[in-house]
Amino acid sequence: MTALQKKAHNPIGHLSAEDVEQLGRELDAIREQIIASRGERDAAYIRKVIDVQRKLELSSRAILLFSLFPPAWLIGTAGLSISKILENMEIGHNVMHGQWDWMRDPKIHSTQWEWDNASPSDMWKHSHNQIHHTFTNVLGRDNDLGYGIMRVDEDQRWSAFYLGQPLWNFLNACFFEYGIAAYDLEIGKYLKGRKDKPTFKRQAKQVLAKIKRQATRDYVVHPLLSGPSFLHTVAANATANLVRNLWTHSVIMCGHFPDGVETFEKTSIEGETRGEWYLRQMLGAANITGSPAMHMMTGNLSFQIEHHLYPDLPSNRYKEISPKIQEMFERYGLTYVTGPLPKQLASAWKTVIRLSLPNDFMAKAQDAVVSTIVPGKQATSAPERVAA
Amino acid sequence: MTAPAPVRPVLGRLRERVTTLAGMVVTPLVPADYVDLIDPLRSTNGLRGRVVEVRPETRDAVTLVIRPGRGWNTHVPGQYVRIGVDVDGVRQWRTYSLTSKVPHPDRCIAITVKAIPGGTVSEHLVRRARPGLVVQLDQATGDFVLPATRPAKVLFVTAGSGITPVMGMLRNAVHELEDVVVVHTSPVPAEVVFGGELRALAADGRIRLVERHSRLEGRLDVDALTAVVPDLAERETWACGPTGLLDDLEARWAGLGIADRLHVERFRPATLVTGDGGTATFSRSGVVVESDGATPLLESGEAAGVLMPSGCRMGICFGCVVPLRSGAVRDLRDGAVTTANEGDGVLVQTCVSAAAGACDIEL
Repeated sequence: MTALQKKAHNPIGHLSAEDVEQLGRELDAIREQIIASRGERDAAYIRKVIDVQRKLELSSRAILLFSLFPPAWLIGTAGLSISKILENMEIGHNVMHGQWDWMRDPKIHSTQWEWDNASPSDMWKHSHNQIHHTFTNVLGRDNDLGYGIMRVDEDQRWSAFYLGQPLWNFLNACFFEYGIAAYDLEIGKYLKGRKDKPTFKRQAKQVLAKIKRQATRDYVVHPLLSGPSFLHTVAANATANLVRNLWTHSVIMCGHFPDGVETFEKTSIEGETRGEWYLRQMLGAANITGSPAMHMMTGNLSFQIEHHLYPDLPSNRYKEISPKIQEMFERYGLTYVTGPLPKQLASAWKTVIRLSLPNDFMAKAQDAVVSTIVPGKQATSAPERVAA
Repeated sequence: MTAPAPVRPVLGRLRERVTTLAGMVVTPLVPADYVDLIDPLRSTNGLRGRVVEVRPETRDAVTLVIRPGRGWNTHVPGQYVRIGVDVDGVRQWRTYSLTSKVPHPDRCIAITVKAIPGGTVSEHLVRRARPGLVVQLDQATGDFVLPATRPAKVLFVTAGSGITPVMGMLRNAVHELEDVVVVHTSPVPAEVVFGGELRALAADGRIRLVERHSRLEGRLDVDALTAVVPDLAERETWACGPTGLLDDLEARWAGLGIADRLHVERFRPATLVTGDGGTATFSRSGVVVESDGATPLLESGEAAGVLMPSGCRMGICFGCVVPLRSGAVRDLRDGAVTTANEGDGVLVQTCVSAAAGACDIEL
């Protein structure tokens, strides 16, 4: 990725200001249609998903009480993994986006929801809903571009730290829920002295308390209840958490890092209109193709583009409006980035690996062989200080 | 001290420990979330009830017999209850007077709902409620009740669905009341909710029933009421019906110098005075909306997805009271303006308050 404003061929160069505003009006109209038709069917949908997830979790955990027996371990662990993924993705993420607030059910409301994840919902909502969804793919504003530990865009300055980013990314995938918690806590910002200490301390306490509750449940209480199956249940919970971490990390990588997704310069959003905001969301996200089960397991983030256009509309509607959105991409001459999970994931990983080295490192390395070695200017610079 | 006495604290402590353990098992949820999956009536997540019978009263009115779940206290006849129903997926709360006997043989309660044309909840309940429907409940409340020492002479003045709280009183206490007059107005004879029951009480000589039919005889003339009930000044009076009727009654009773003998129950807010409107900020939710001077902040907030506490929606139950952090709101009933500066946290009723300039609500 390279900031759209620096590209030789501007992918939105053919659109006039009026075109962009027209596009905004069309997207607003689709939004109005969904809101007008929201109702009983949607409410029944989310209640059903919650019901299924809770029953799945309950039965999986019950089976794991006998995890000493290999079939029980396998079935219980598989069930718990799926249940945790559903809870985080289709339920937690979407409820905390306020997608179901219109139901006025205090039990399914963004202000009340707490999820099965290390990061407390309040902190996650701030960094995700407020920062990431507002400043999507704006370099220096959207910290989701590499989560502060990776360089996923040519326009993020290279430093030697990034040499390790394939490893950082893999570790982050394995411990993703803790990665998210550390990220929402803005540890990096705190270490640089740009986050006030009392706030950080208060939030850190909150995170640790939540981690303690979560870990006690998974690694102490349920194993103890399993009696002789103690260690097997510990392993089952650890596996389910790992599976959930790897899966959610992979899905999320596919949302913004594959080839074809655009990024934007910091100054490009000054005075941004509604139409321009929509356009940035259209170009700043990528979808995943797949079966209905696949969409469910990604929390419908396989419709990342639709989600970024309408983050607060019910997730079950993304699939429904997707053809309309694709038709608009075509009509406005834009690229709807999508593909099967393996392809998108490989593309995202390739970016992570390629950008662990300085831009055009390979080309420069070849040049260096034929000419004299001159230390690259970028190689010695410090990592970019990201403004809040 | 008797021997079994210490058992209770021991059991209590044990119960506490089990609850704590259950909490650790299901975090970040609470045990009640799982009880909800099995039986929403037993859950401690909130009081619920299940409709067990839907009895048609007239073409436009039904009585819903509801079995309340765990935690229901009881009610005094004449009181109302808040009921939360999901209509088109959206939870709507309304208040209805209780019409059942206390105690009810099946531990049930009953409300009687008349469909108001265009009324979201009343239409839904009258046309679509079926046995098995689970509704959200709140404890019964209200002071439109008979005193423990029953008055010797009673007058009930009701109109339309205003008969419902009165029916609750009659069913429970008519045998304790010596002299009862009911003056009831409805559009036409066929639309009298509880018409048969009222006429039967009258035929039995338990009450004197004065039926008026507004579509045939016009609205009840309060000044002419003395002609129908000559001894009304001697009677303790309870009145429930449209605002116009209640205002007339209050004026008349005040004129007679017996205002303290009149008890009214209002189903609608009184006169509306519109203000100028302004930007309403719901600071904790991070929602900012333009709210006009005629729309209650409760509605503006709900429309924007803010989780607004709400109750009667007519300014009486104070279930919607929240702090106004700063700015100005106007009371829609009398036009009074309430202002607050940062830190004041003046409590306002969002259901009857509209923005009167910029205002910041702590929600």
